[in-house]
Amino acid sequence: MWVLLSVLCPLGLQGQGSGALTVGQIDQSSAKRGSTFTQKIPLHLKAGFHVNSNTPADDYLIPLRLTWAMGKVTSEGVVFPKPQLENYAFSAKPVSVFSGTFTVEAKFRVAVDAPVGAATVLGKLRYQACNNKECLPPKTIDVQVPLDIQ
Amino acid sequence: MINLRTRIAMAGILAVSALTTACSSLPTSASAAVKSEKDRNLAPDFTLKDSNGVSAKLSDYKGKVVLLDFWATWCGPCKVEIPWFIEFEQTYKDQGFAVLGVSMDEEGWAAVKPYIQERKLNYRVMLGNDQVGQLYGGLDSLPTTLLIDRAGKIAKVHIGLETGKDGFQNEIKNLLDAPRRSVGSSLGSMPAWLAGTR
Repeated sequence: MWVLLSVLCPLGLQGQGSGALTVGQIDQSSAKRGSTFTQKIPLHLKAGFHVNSNTPADDYLIPLRLTWAMGKVTSEGVVFPKPQLENYAFSAKPVSVFSGTFTVEAKFRVAVDAPVGAATVLGKLRYQACNNKECLPPKTIDVQVPLDIQ
Repeated sequence: MINLRTRIAMAGILAVSALTTACSSLPTSASAAVKSEKDRNLAPDFTLKDSNGVSAKLSDYKGKVVLLDFWATWCGPCKVEIPWFIEFEQTYKDQGFAVLGVSMDEEGWAAVKPYIQERKLNYRVMLGNDQVGQLYGGLDSLPTTLLIDRAGKIAKVHIGLETGKDGFQNEIKNLLDAPRRSVGSSLGSMPAWLAGTR
């Protein structure tokens, strides 16, 4: 199985994270110096679990957050999908969540003086997952975006 | 010779039967019961600061029945139980019962104190830490709620919303009604509650 995964997923492209939320395969992007590019980040939640969306209605809930390390490739914003509004016993009003498989889009700008060649953009994804009966502690996982700078 | 249709029907009956057996063995609030005294383990002792800045030690509650609730402000299911615990504290506190809340919020009192005021928690709330979490097996899921008998032993562990208000109430009454025995000299220091207490 691992051999198969190694063949199918070149180094750095395997799923990232091992908790309720995992990052799917991120395809390598190509971008010219001085340009912008958008990268799709596929996310998978364990069956039965949800994470709060990036805009939870309740101030006490921990939002989904994706942040990027600063460098020659900088973040120009993150676009989350439209959240689901789900009813749970613990909330009088619908809760804004993501569940199942969904994709987040991250936009980047490559500096004009960025070195040409392979690079990796490093990010942190913070989430807090629950099912309808229990919650897991908040967790932060690494996200790696492989990039070919031209 | 059994034909294919009969085989499929038999397999279906067996599958339904297996599922029914499995489901009937799951705990329900009606059948929820505390462990027998001989099977209980000492609750690991700890000292934490409460919302008034006063040190609170679990072993100080020896002689009382304690509902120890590990929770967090960001935990939706925890919110369901908190009104029950407020009611239990009010109803049973004069009978030798206490609710202790241990918040596992990383943000500390800045997050927890407004929540206590907003929801009018009437029981003692402490701020937990990783060390206490490890004493209780890591607390991978919240809410995790323990019922501790007068001797400081764990009589029941609930992980998540696995029982209703009535289930908790029955267990509290059961422990309060149990004959008083001499309490142990000290509380435990090992995650003994993991040993099949649930």
